[in-house]
Amino acid sequence: MLTAEDKKLIQQVWGKMGGAEEEVGAETLWRMFTAYPPTKTYFPHFDLSQGSDQIRGHGKKVVAALGTAIKNMDNLSQALSELSNLHAYNLRVDPGGSNPRFALQLLAQCLQVVLAVRLGKEYTPEVHSAVDKFMSAVAAVLAEKYR
Amino acid sequence: MVHWSAEEKQLIASVWGKVSVEECGAEALARLLIVYPWTQRFFSDFGNLSSPTAIIGNPKVRAHGKKVLTSFGEAIKNLDSIKGTFSKLSALHCDKLHVDPENFRLLGDILVIVLASHFGRDFSPACQCAWQKLVGVVAHALARKYH
Repeated sequence: MLTAEDKKLIQQVWGKMGGAEEEVGAETLWRMFTAYPPTKTYFPHFDLSQGSDQIRGHGKKVVAALGTAIKNMDNLSQALSELSNLHAYNLRVDPGGSNPRFALQLLAQCLQVVLAVRLGKEYTPEVHSAVDKFMSAVAAVLAEKYR
Repeated sequence: MVHWSAEEKQLIASVWGKVSVEECGAEALARLLIVYPWTQRFFSDFGNLSSPTAIIGNPKVRAHGKKVLTSFGEAIKNLDSIKGTFSKLSALHCDKLHVDPENFRLLGDILVIVLASHFGRDFSPACQCAWQKLVGVVAHALARKYH
């Protein structure tokens, strides 16, 4: 459960991105495609070469959605309702089970790496914990309507 | 047997060469206990784990973190025989320590994030890819002797 302190830390971290949201999104996706090649299967229609416009564009979308989620942490289910529908009925990204893992968890791992790269020591254990919890909550909401 | 390309071996070695086993080990274990508090169940005799500050400063956590990462170093010295290297430790974690192997994956992901925060941009996507593969292989090897 996200505590008040968690929410504060998440907002602070997001604030520290200072306009680099698009790069953060693109880098997160690129790392995910590099470290977890099976995630590319969801983007057969994309140019997945490094720095492609499509990766940048999609990274920007993903980060914008996370930004919306962060503004609505008290009501993630509602705020992400449309995206939840999209992922469940349209995109149908495999939610995994105990094994293999939900692709969104892999995205979360890569986002954390990008934040850690950028923030260094400022990516404290407390911040790490808050972001991890938040991304788990987002993934859970996006998987809510699968069945 | 896992295949490692020359590039992967080089990426792993170049990061490892700069790692303080004591610092990174302590930090990774502390973060495991902070980000995934249920993992504290394995360390009930470690004393004060009541807050992130307590965990980070706890000398038993630091010492054990160093032990764990030193053992990880053995994998890196023996990339071509990781299963053999961890055979006894795997049996130990199952028979004596009763650790759910899922925890190895959690620690592996945390280690990657710790490395990212220490090395910043040097922890490139290719680097992350090699290290995610390594932590995955180690986790798998540690789970192998479970019954």
